[in-house]
Amino acid sequence: MTASDTPTRAVADLGAVEFAARLGGEGLGVRLGPFDAKLRSDVAEIVAPLYHLYRDYTLLDGDDRVFNLHLGLVTVRKWPRLANAKVRLIVDGRAPHDDLPVGQALAVLEWGLNLVIALRAHSWLMLHSAAVERDNGVLLLPAWPGSGKTTLCTALVHRGWRLFSDEFGLIRPSSGEAFPIPRPMPLKNESIDVIRAFAPDAELGPTIPNTRKGTIAHVKPPTASIRAADRSAPVRWIVFPRWSAGADLVFDEMAKIDAFMMLATNAFNYEMLGESAFTTVRGLVGNAQCFRLVYSDLDRAIELLNGLAAHDGEPT
Amino acid sequence: MASRPERSSALVRRLLTAVVRAPEAATTLSASELDLALRLARRVRLLGRLADRLNRAHLIDALPDAAREQLASALVVVHARLRVTQWELDRLARVLREPPQMRVVALKGCAYLLAKLPNAAGRVFADVDLLFHERDLEEAERRLVARGWHGTKLEPYDQQYYRVWTHELPPLVHAEREVEADLHHNIVPRTGRLKPPGARLLEDAQPIAGESLYRLGDRDLVLHAMTHLMFDSDMADCLRDLVDIDDLLRHFTAADPAFWAALWARARELDLARPAFYGLRYATSLLGTPVPDTVLRRSREGAPPPPIVWLMDRLVPRALFPVHPDAPSHAATFARFLLYLRSLWIRMPPLLLARHLIYKFYVRRIRRVARPPQSPRGAPGPKA
Repeated sequence: MTASDTPTRAVADLGAVEFAARLGGEGLGVRLGPFDAKLRSDVAEIVAPLYHLYRDYTLLDGDDRVFNLHLGLVTVRKWPRLANAKVRLIVDGRAPHDDLPVGQALAVLEWGLNLVIALRAHSWLMLHSAAVERDNGVLLLPAWPGSGKTTLCTALVHRGWRLFSDEFGLIRPSSGEAFPIPRPMPLKNESIDVIRAFAPDAELGPTIPNTRKGTIAHVKPPTASIRAADRSAPVRWIVFPRWSAGADLVFDEMAKIDAFMMLATNAFNYEMLGESAFTTVRGLVGNAQCFRLVYSDLDRAIELLNGLAAHDGEPT
Repeated sequence: MASRPERSSALVRRLLTAVVRAPEAATTLSASELDLALRLARRVRLLGRLADRLNRAHLIDALPDAAREQLASALVVVHARLRVTQWELDRLARVLREPPQMRVVALKGCAYLLAKLPNAAGRVFADVDLLFHERDLEEAERRLVARGWHGTKLEPYDQQYYRVWTHELPPLVHAEREVEADLHHNIVPRTGRLKPPGARLLEDAQPIAGESLYRLGDRDLVLHAMTHLMFDSDMADCLRDLVDIDDLLRHFTAADPAFWAALWARARELDLARPAFYGLRYATSLLGTPVPDTVLRRSREGAPPPPIVWLMDRLVPRALFPVHPDAPSHAATFARFLLYLRSLWIRMPPLLLARHLIYKFYVRRIRRVARPPQSPRGAPGPKA
């Protein structure tokens, strides 16, 4: 977590050859926000895209350390159909779900990380929320799948916001602070072209068709967001977004009680944490401004949210 | 990379026995050993126990951040499971203590919990297991179903499997909650090799202070833990069940010097000499449980023929201890397969077993064709 490694090396300092060797051998130690992960993979196809997406992350050199999670990908070939290779996710020697086509390996790895974090990281209140930061204030975007949270988040981080996460709003129950876990952001289907047009400088990984969520392409978090991944911040705004085709822009401040109910039911581990989750969510909605956002035009939504930060939280 | 002079299976056993018997050992392990110890403890459902012991010794903060984080998370899970289990027990007891009175005995984890035994602390509770007199079972089920519980295994074959051949009803779960309640009338399947008198266990059960539920007597509690491990499971990654036996034996013998004297007679009386022999053998050899020589010698009465003992000595440790997560072992896989076969063999006579396996085989084949493979839960849902 906060343990300082001196000198800090980035994954890119390994070079592509050593990167591939570690991934396929002893394992690649990498810091993902507050989690130290060791990744292994024998899938040749993902070495290059993974190096591209992960090159800015802090490298965890050496074997004598404790990791929060160990995750591996193994190619499974069912003789004699060598063409239909599959990939198996391995968590501590076990496969938590069925094998998937090897072409989806990168998505399997990213989903696998989400899965392990969601099942294990109960020292955090985990909101199913995108989170971005500006001027030491965090904007939470809690939403259900399909509401455009990743797209909105990707757009915001290409307009000056720092990425915390497109998936996990990690909140320390003791302090109510949000912690960053910037990871590649999986755009789905039409969102891929929307972001390509909106932010031509966005760096995208390979396009992965036919996953259970459709076509996916991962956006690399901005280097600055990854470098600042140890800097937490208080939550200043909570905006529940919903993309709806052709809808007029709606941006209403919400009653705290409604925001409380929506945030509590949005958390991955509210019931697991029990009373401390209640206290934490109450603190969050108490200290932040809460809004409901419905939008169809990405530019207008971004403009509005940027205005929120510019006004430093004054009611608009 | 450093060479690995210690065999991975020896390393696994050294680390796990260290953190089970002396949790403070976690503070003296190297970081890479601690990393492996945490992964192994998680695998065998002992991470909560380790976290609880370290927490009470105020040692969690002495560990590296990534270890602290996992242990803090494990404590949250322990508390959450404790909360839902206590509530489920409370709800069950409320319905079951209505007249006409019946004796209800909490088994395993729930008994440890209600009786405040040492192995309840840090336990990650799963199901609620209750023992009834066989004649009361139908009434208990009827009452629970009337109050919102429902069966989870609804196919006719499963219904028959549970009701005719096993020692429990198909699991019940309340519509508003997630904890499974298993209603038993004995501690091993009806069709199994052992024939312990369920009614006897029930009659000799003890009241629990402040509760309407009972628990098995001290010796019966230990014998049940041994029977559960050796005769009602395939032992794969079941180290926690051996730790239960070790914890209970240390606890009861410290409080009651006469515990040992009557243990063996009780094992024979209940037709549990075989599991008692195995339980004592592996608790002493794998966890160093202090058992008097006289008791160990006496327990040989319950031993199977020597070749079987020889074989079990080679298979059991390979199943109870997990394999090194980064170094799969064919020997362990084979040992576990043999113990899986044994678990079926001791549960049913051969013809019944054949019938059961054939049915299960066809059902699985048919389902696989009829249903697409289960999709992974990559992006976790709200219930993750």
